[in-house]
Amino acid sequence: MSVKHGLLALLCEGPRYGYELKSAFEARTGTTWPLNVGQVYTTLARLERDGLVARDGEDPEGHALYRVTATGTREVEDWWSQAVEREAPPRDELAIKLALAVGLPGVDARDVLQRQRTATVRALQTHTRKKKALPAGDTAASLVLDALVFAAEAEVRWLDHCEARLSRARNGAR
Amino acid sequence: MTTPVLELRGAARVHGSGTTAVHALRGVDLQVAAGELVAVMGPSGSGKSTLLAIAGGLDTATSGEVLVEGVPLSGLDGSGLAQLRRRAVGYVFQELNLLPALTAVENVALPLELDGTRARDARTAALRVLDELGMSGLAGRFPDDLSGGEQQRVAIARALVGERRLVLADEPTGALDSVTGEGVLELLRGRCDAGAACVLVTHEARLAGWADRVVFLRDGLVVDEARAEVLA
Ligand SMILES: Nc1ncnc2c1ncn2[C@@H]1O[C@H](COP(=O)(O)OP(=O)(O)OP(=O)(O)O)[C@@H](O)[C@H]1O
Ligand SMILES: [Mg+2]
Repeated sequence: MSVKHGLLALLCEGPRYGYELKSAFEARTGTTWPLNVGQVYTTLARLERDGLVARDGEDPEGHALYRVTATGTREVEDWWSQAVEREAPPRDELAIKLALAVGLPGVDARDVLQRQRTATVRALQTHTRKKKALPAGDTAASLVLDALVFAAEAEVRWLDHCEARLSRARNGAR
Repeated sequence: MTTPVLELRGAARVHGSGTTAVHALRGVDLQVAAGELVAVMGPSGSGKSTLLAIAGGLDTATSGEVLVEGVPLSGLDGSGLAQLRRRAVGYVFQELNLLPALTAVENVALPLELDGTRARDARTAALRVLDELGMSGLAGRFPDDLSGGEQQRVAIARALVGERRLVLADEPTGALDSVTGEGVLELLRGRCDAGAACVLVTHEARLAGWADRVVFLRDGLVVDEARAEVLA
C-alpha cells in the first residue's frame, strides 16, 4: 500500500496538517488500512526531503501545514497514469502448500483446500458485514471493501478449480 | 429453544438401486432458524439442488426426516405439500420454470392467486416485489421477451411474493451482473433480517459472503461450515 502516494494525492486538494491527512485518508478508504500518526509524519518527512511537499506555515500548537510542490503534483499524475504492479502474489504460500499437499502421501489435499476455502469464505462474510454496516452512500469505503471481497472470491474460485482438477486426476481422466 | 423454520435430520436421497444406485445426498443434518440466511456451496453434482428440492418438498428423502416449522413433510399428502409451497415456502428453481403464457407480473402473482388471494391484491403484491427488483417497467412482458437476467428476477420475485417464511433459492443470480446479483442478495438478506429463513445455493463465494452460515457439500455430505463472526 503506497501511503506516500495516498498522502500526496490528498495534498493535491489543498494544504493540510499531518493529523488532518491521517483522518482524511481514513475517511476516504474506510477503516481497512488504519494509519498511525508516526507513519504519516515519517512519510511527510521523506516527501519533504525529496522535494515533493513543502511546509507552508504552522498552527498555534506548532504543527506544520504541508502543501504539494510542482514535482509532487507530477509524481501524483504519474501514479494515476500507471497500473499498480502485482509482482508478488500474496497467496504464494498457499500455492506452494497445495502443490506440496498434492504430492505427499498422508496429506489429503482436498482437506487442505477445504480448510482454506472455509477460512476465506469466513473472511468474505466479515467484509460483507462491514460493508452492510457502512452508512448509505459511503461509496468510497464500500469500493475498498469490494476490493477485498473480489480478491477473496477469486481465491475461492481458484480453490474450486484446484479441487476439480484433483478429482479428475483421481478418476484417472486428464 | 424455538423451532427451526427448516430442519433436516439425516436426510438422504438415493436414485435407483443396486449397483447403479446414485447417492445424491448421504445423510445431512441442517437447521435453519427464522432470520437466518444459510448458503450452500459445493462442486457440481455434490447434491446442492437435491438438498434444496427435499427441503421444499419437491422431492422426497429416501431416508431421514425433513421438517418445516416443526411439521414433518413425510406426514403431508399431496395437497398439504402443495399448500405449503404456495403459502410458506418460496422456491427459485435453477432452471427458473416461468410459465411462458403468463406475463411477468402474472407469473409472480400466481402463487398468491392459487392460494385464494383476490386477483387485484395479488397483482399489487406482485408489482411491489418486481419493483424492489428494479423490474416494474417490464411487468407486462412475457418471459420470452425478457433477457435471461430479467427472467431470473421474475423467478426471484415469484419466490418472495407474499410473506414467505422459508425462501429456497437455487443459483438465483447465475445470469445477473455483479451489481444486480448483489441487489438480489441485499433483498434476500433484508427478508431474513425481517424474520424469514433462507437457504441459498450458489457457487459464487461473493454472494455466500452475505450468509450467516455457509455449508459446504461434497459427495452428498456436509464437510464443513463457515460461520460469520459477530462484528464488535
Ligand atoms: N433423477 C436422477 N437420477 C439419477 N441421478 C440423479 C438424479 N438427479 C440427480 N442425480 C444425481 O445426484 C447427484 C446430485 O445432483 P444435484 O443436482 O443435487 O447436484 P448439484 O450439486 O445441484 O450440482 P450442480 O452444481 O451441477 O447444479 C448428481 O450426481 C446427479 O447426477
Ligand atoms: Mg444444482
